[in-house]
Amino acid sequence: MASATPVDDEATLVAQLRAGDEAAFEQVVRAYGGRLLAVARRIVGTEEDARDVVQDAFLNAFKSLDRFEGNAKLSTWLHRIVVNAALMKLRTRKRKPEQSIETLLPSFLDDGHHEERFKSWDEPVDKLMERAENRELVRKQIDALPEGYRTVLVLRDIEGLDTEETSKVLGLSVNATKIRLHRARQALRTLLAPHFRSAAS
Amino acid sequence: MKCRELAEFLADYVNQELPLESRTHFEFHLSKCKNCHEYLVQYEVTIRAGKIACDEMSDEIGAIPDDLVKAVMAARSKV
Repeated sequence: MASATPVDDEATLVAQLRAGDEAAFEQVVRAYGGRLLAVARRIVGTEEDARDVVQDAFLNAFKSLDRFEGNAKLSTWLHRIVVNAALMKLRTRKRKPEQSIETLLPSFLDDGHHEERFKSWDEPVDKLMERAENRELVRKQIDALPEGYRTVLVLRDIEGLDTEETSKVLGLSVNATKIRLHRARQALRTLLAPHFRSAAS
Repeated sequence: MKCRELAEFLADYVNQELPLESRTHFEFHLSKCKNCHEYLVQYEVTIRAGKIACDEMSDEIGAIPDDLVKAVMAARSKV
């Protein structure tokens, strides 16, 4: 699989797109498609749905080129289109019953204290995340979250949608959305802890 | 405020949505409880780690599969 080639001259590429240049369309799909597929996959969960979303997104984008303003970045514009296409996919999905996440949440003693003594993760997060294997690990653990929780975390913390928008897309109350996000973050912390806790502490 | 309650309000605290009175109790507990303080740090690291890891500009993301490229181009020609 060839790696995505960066686009050198975006202005030229956009001009070619507007002129209907087929080679330019394919270049855009190849240059940005990998990243957009990753975004879609993270939101909708399955490979098959992610591919549908990416296809819809590119077709929508190519149809609405006149709405693309030259001062914005093509990647940002495409990202937004993919997120919207993914949200549409989510909206049409049947609501599944909430899965259990209990085992990934902290437990408490009768006196209200945590059962666990949390070992420090010594490294500052930016330093931790400089390493590719840690970035890969975090992405993998996000994928490992039960679907309903993963989706809320991705929409809120990764894609930056607000609570109201997220709750509408997922058909949840605002309160349920907040609780789910909190639990998703707690669960992710639980999944990351064994890898990030410092050997020294 | 017990550790259990603090854990429930973490999201609100991190979002700066805790009312002043609760926040005062919250921060008082944090100043006395190393374990909850550590948990808060890890909770915040988790949020930030997720953002950095999923930043789509990172190089580890693979290229779009060839067959999907072809499918997009084929669908385009039908439009």
